[in-house]
Amino acid sequence: MFDRLSFPQPWLSLILFITWQILSDGVSGGSVVLGLILAWIIPQITHGFWPERPAFVKTWRMPGYILRVLKDIVVASFSVAWLILSPRTPRPAFISYPLTLDHPLAISILASTISLTPGTVSADVSDDNQTLLIHALDAGSDQEVIDAIYNSYEKPLMEMFK
Amino acid sequence: MSPFAEYAISALLLFGGVFTLIGAIGLARLPDFYTRLHGPTKATTVGVGAIMLSSVIYFTAIGEGIGISEVLITVFLFMTAPVSANMLAKAAMHIGVKTMEGTEGKPWEQ
Repeated sequence: MFDRLSFPQPWLSLILFITWQILSDGVSGGSVVLGLILAWIIPQITHGFWPERPAFVKTWRMPGYILRVLKDIVVASFSVAWLILSPRTPRPAFISYPLTLDHPLAISILASTISLTPGTVSADVSDDNQTLLIHALDAGSDQEVIDAIYNSYEKPLMEMFK
Repeated sequence: MSPFAEYAISALLLFGGVFTLIGAIGLARLPDFYTRLHGPTKATTVGVGAIMLSSVIYFTAIGEGIGISEVLITVFLFMTAPVSANMLAKAAMHIGVKTMEGTEGKPWEQ
């Protein structure tokens, strides 16, 4: 009975509550009540979809990771923009990226990062969570792309999700 | 509003506009489905980011407090764009969309 009234994911609830306060243009009685209801009901409904919590996540490494990704997005955008405007045809490639991460949340963060950085889109994850299929817009060689992703994104994520 | 803020806002709007335009050109110019996927998810990320920054500067400069809602919009966009790109790619692989000549590697059959 009290299970239903609890907050299974306190952090998610807190983030939802704060997000709602920002969205509703100033804190008022109504926004607090609705924020609490949302913070309670959304984790309850989505409970079954969440992967198991990793044993230990070093959250304080996250801001550094986000900054690095933002920098890469800006830098790589220029090369993609140049590629679109230049007359030569791109050399696209499907690349199978061998994953060393094993936590589903870490894999989805890596896949999202790959999709956000210009030039690569993650297309699929194999059913056994071992390989990530990446489509690269302009790839020199497979190994180049794999090394770049491993060094700049997967390594930091591995340290975060150890 | 200080002239400096005005220059910064104009520059960011122009920058964002140019990148969004390049994304649109890419959508029209790139040869096959998978390469076109890169246009909207890519150049637009930077385009929207720049336009969002200019909006934050504008609302801060006219003194309505710091615009956190714009940052939130960008965060939502950054969270949803990869998912939609992933879904599009998966759907394309599922129905077997043709890839352009010279594409290395093949999509999976799963």
